[in-house]
Amino acid sequence: MPEMTLIDAIRQAMDEELARDKRVFITGEDVGPRGGVFRATVGLYDKYGPDRVIDSPLAELSIVGVGIGAALAGMRPICEIQFADFIHPAFNQIVNEAARYYYRSNGDWNVPMVIRAPYGGGIGGGLYHSQSVEAFFAHVPGLKVVIPSNPYDAKGLLKSAVRDPNPVLFFEPKKGYRLIRGDVPEDDYTVPLGTARVTRQGSDLTVYAYGMMHFYTLQAAEKAAAEDGIQAEVIDIRTLAPLDRVTVLESFKKTGKALIVHEDNRFMGYGAEIAALLSDEGFEYMDGPIRRLTGPDVPGVPFSHTMQDFFMPSVDKIAAAIRELAAY
Amino acid sequence: MATSIQVESRIDDTGVSLDSALLLDMYWQMLRSRRLDERCWVLHRQGKIAFHISGMGHEAIQVAMAFAIRPGYDYALPYYRDLAFNLAMGYTPKEFMLAVFGKQGETTSGARQMPSHWGSRRLNIVSGSSPVATQVPQAAGMALAVKLRGEDRVAIADLGEGSTSEGDFYEGLNWAGVHKLPMICVVQNNIYAISVPVGLQMAVPNVADRAPMFGIAGAICDGNDVLASYRTVKEAVDRARAGQGATLIEAKTYRPVPHSSDDDDRTYRSREEVEQWKRRDPLARFQAYLLEKGLLTQTRIDEYEAQARDEIDAAQAGAEAAPYPPPEAALGPVFASDGV
Repeated sequence: MPEMTLIDAIRQAMDEELARDKRVFITGEDVGPRGGVFRATVGLYDKYGPDRVIDSPLAELSIVGVGIGAALAGMRPICEIQFADFIHPAFNQIVNEAARYYYRSNGDWNVPMVIRAPYGGGIGGGLYHSQSVEAFFAHVPGLKVVIPSNPYDAKGLLKSAVRDPNPVLFFEPKKGYRLIRGDVPEDDYTVPLGTARVTRQGSDLTVYAYGMMHFYTLQAAEKAAAEDGIQAEVIDIRTLAPLDRVTVLESFKKTGKALIVHEDNRFMGYGAEIAALLSDEGFEYMDGPIRRLTGPDVPGVPFSHTMQDFFMPSVDKIAAAIRELAAY
Repeated sequence: MATSIQVESRIDDTGVSLDSALLLDMYWQMLRSRRLDERCWVLHRQGKIAFHISGMGHEAIQVAMAFAIRPGYDYALPYYRDLAFNLAMGYTPKEFMLAVFGKQGETTSGARQMPSHWGSRRLNIVSGSSPVATQVPQAAGMALAVKLRGEDRVAIADLGEGSTSEGDFYEGLNWAGVHKLPMICVVQNNIYAISVPVGLQMAVPNVADRAPMFGIAGAICDGNDVLASYRTVKEAVDRARAGQGATLIEAKTYRPVPHSSDDDDRTYRSREEVEQWKRRDPLARFQAYLLEKGLLTQTRIDEYEAQARDEIDAAQAGAEAAPYPPPEAALGPVFASDGV
């Protein structure tokens, strides 16, 4: 089983889906001969041609709007938004259109499309190349929101997303594109949407995370175990919507303590929903405050690295939060 | 008023060779839509329905669109004023009555949406929303799918002139131009977006003047003349089917009634203006034309009127007798399941 990077796994998923299903095509800015600014689609234009890998105009609203139309007409578009920060012009098309088609037509029209976007900070991208936008979309019924944390899941989840009959937002931790490596089978496998995964067994507390923060959380959990003997259980959320409530609750019933980590800012962030779920349905198992470690409530991730590092949760910050909660 | 409206009282049948049965069917579709529309205004005044948004005055361009495409084969992405367009594609007064009453069995949305948010997979009529112009890039996407698959369908989207101020309109037509898509975009310019006159929407005299910026064809027609409208739309459809790209059509028309049952148009336009336009009424004009050509008689008109009345009476009675949806129906369906 070859080891590969996160972005290689994402590319392999698209390559295999393009080969498997003629309805699949890719569109977005620079996805063609350039292969994407992060090289996610490199080689695919040469392999599948300009009708399958289509450079779009520089206009996010219509990357999504055209994708919706193609999906309505029976295609399976994969739309790339170059940075999650630039998805906002398409908000109306995603939220008012893609998300609502199935319900508003009483099941007559569905929108099988994937919107891929790199998200997250820590890469010197400043306010507009660092954003985490998952909470906006996870709030909307009718959308599925997926964030992989490792190459195996990235390939399997993206293939599930392409085959899903609903609109799926697939946010990729861009800092991990080449940093996160892992074994990826060459065969055709999928990871089902809507399932979280226990990625580290533990008994003292549970840490919930996804994407880049899950990558750091695993390291932080090992650090806390080695240095302090704390055994943290780690849950990779993987699919933010629909949420795997069973896996989330089962772990909490075991540990009674929860730390939620995301780099998106705190107020009304995704962690608030996990916390609400645990307090609603896990109250009698609760053995400490439900804690969140998140970015601060400021309008963006600053460019200069001192401020950026201050903004971002890190292995050390997560380990410290684990220690603090374990000691409660 | 920035825009000069070139609307005459006669019908221009230049280059249109439809047989009499088709001409009479066009007339019937316009008449039926008008009477159904009028009935809904009455039902609203009677307090029987909560809301009505009207297509009155727009019947000519709308019926022309339906006759110029292949309903059920081509993709249609209508907007809320398109009652006549939808009826002429195969939607029924019975269905519309269920929609305005919000009753169980409503076919476009299961009574989830307000009336006039059309949709029918069977007829390839795409479900609509209320934010305007969103269907333009979606029509481009459907046309792109058609082109990628090498089919000879077209996608036809339509909207009002106010909606052309939205970015969706520009971005969608830009795709249509770049990829030479089989798409027709029809703007029914009735010179008011609710209350705002067209001169405050745009600084060019005609919506269709914008076509060159997308590299697509532009055309203007008298939207109150069903045959002139038909000729214009049919030419665009033929071009699109032949792989010659998209067309932006502007149909000059007028809405002789308020924007919706919640609007009061006396606050923004004169009664004289409305009366002047009523003299160019598309239904009356086409009726006069058919009478003059000897294709229609007063007896036949009376028969059509009776037929429309009977159909609408039955549709209304059916909707009034129908139950409301069970409350729990609000819970779904949210997601399509695998295999859809």
